[in-house]
Amino acid sequence: MTIIMLCIQFFKTGLFSIGGGLATLPFLYEISDRFGWFSHADIADMIAISESTPGAIGINMSTYAGYTTGGIPGGILASLSLACPSVIIILIIARFLEKFRENKYVDRAFYGLRPASIAMISAAGINVAMVALFDLNAFQASHFIPDLFVWKGLILAVLIFIGQQKIKIHPVAFIAASALIGIIFKF
Amino acid sequence: MNEILELYLAFMKIGAVNFGGGYAMLPLLEEDLARKKGWVTREELLDYFAIGQCTPGLIALNVSTFIGNKRKGVAGALAATLGFLTCPIIIILIIAMFMKNFADYEIVQHAFAGIRVCVCVLIIQAVLRLWKKAVVDRTTLILYLVIFFLAVFGKHLIFAVPTAVLVIASGVFGVFFGKGGGESK
Repeated sequence: MTIIMLCIQFFKTGLFSIGGGLATLPFLYEISDRFGWFSHADIADMIAISESTPGAIGINMSTYAGYTTGGIPGGILASLSLACPSVIIILIIARFLEKFRENKYVDRAFYGLRPASIAMISAAGINVAMVALFDLNAFQASHFIPDLFVWKGLILAVLIFIGQQKIKIHPVAFIAASALIGIIFKF
Repeated sequence: MNEILELYLAFMKIGAVNFGGGYAMLPLLEEDLARKKGWVTREELLDYFAIGQCTPGLIALNVSTFIGNKRKGVAGALAATLGFLTCPIIIILIIAMFMKNFADYEIVQHAFAGIRVCVCVLIIQAVLRLWKKAVVDRTTLILYLVIFFLAVFGKHLIFAVPTAVLVIASGVFGVFFGKGGGESK
């Protein structure tokens, strides 16, 4: 019975959290308050774990909550419930687009949507950079401009940037190398 | 059947290394699916991210469903989405079973501080490559700058505008002022 409730709750989270990622957080806090499957501290831990594992936080949290309430099947079912609305809604939209892709209004909508899309992706890049390359706390404490930058991070960023232009290898190789460099040089 | 399996495996691979959430998926999709396999164009990727941002559900799952559906209909959509989910589910199950304090290990923190640097460079490079597909004239440049400013600094304004609203507004703007469908502005 709990598993069914769990699936319903995560289906609901998948259905109403628009924008993904952190948009799932308010729903997770609500589930925590109402059902007590996991605590607020668990959510905080899961944010940290999500930053250190692949996958979106919504998926990670649903797997974790599903596991704590219903074992391995619970973890799998809760995640699939979260994914369900995405699949259904996108399939409907995709059908609509196939039908109206030649329509001039749909075409014009994409003229506006593409710069918005690339702007949001840029903003996501800047947000990661604010954490990875800049240290606002240290700067506010000292007001010493060199403290604003995470120098090790900046050097690595420049090396990756040049490396990506020069060497044609898969981005995953750079991700793995960065993890190693992070461990060796204690980022 | 083979193509379905190929979709599943391609997305499983992306799901395994997709650190940093939905947007961090873009450089991987661009490399594996647009450049190497030619399953989608770069314009389509941008379209999928825009729609995925303003429809319910996680962006990564929305984009996986879109690409899977484009390749092989409903079966393809399911294969791509399940593929993307496979590794994150297994990893979190292992963490939940054996190492709940995973994120507290010093070695993990150092590794992910390094990965974050890489992820932000990969995202910025993807933006540079996709730029000319999206920003085609002065109107789109202005639109880009406005949305970028609101998305980065919006949370410090008196009233924060949800990103989904920004995206929908851009689409509506495009319908009224956009070029396309053979007619100019």
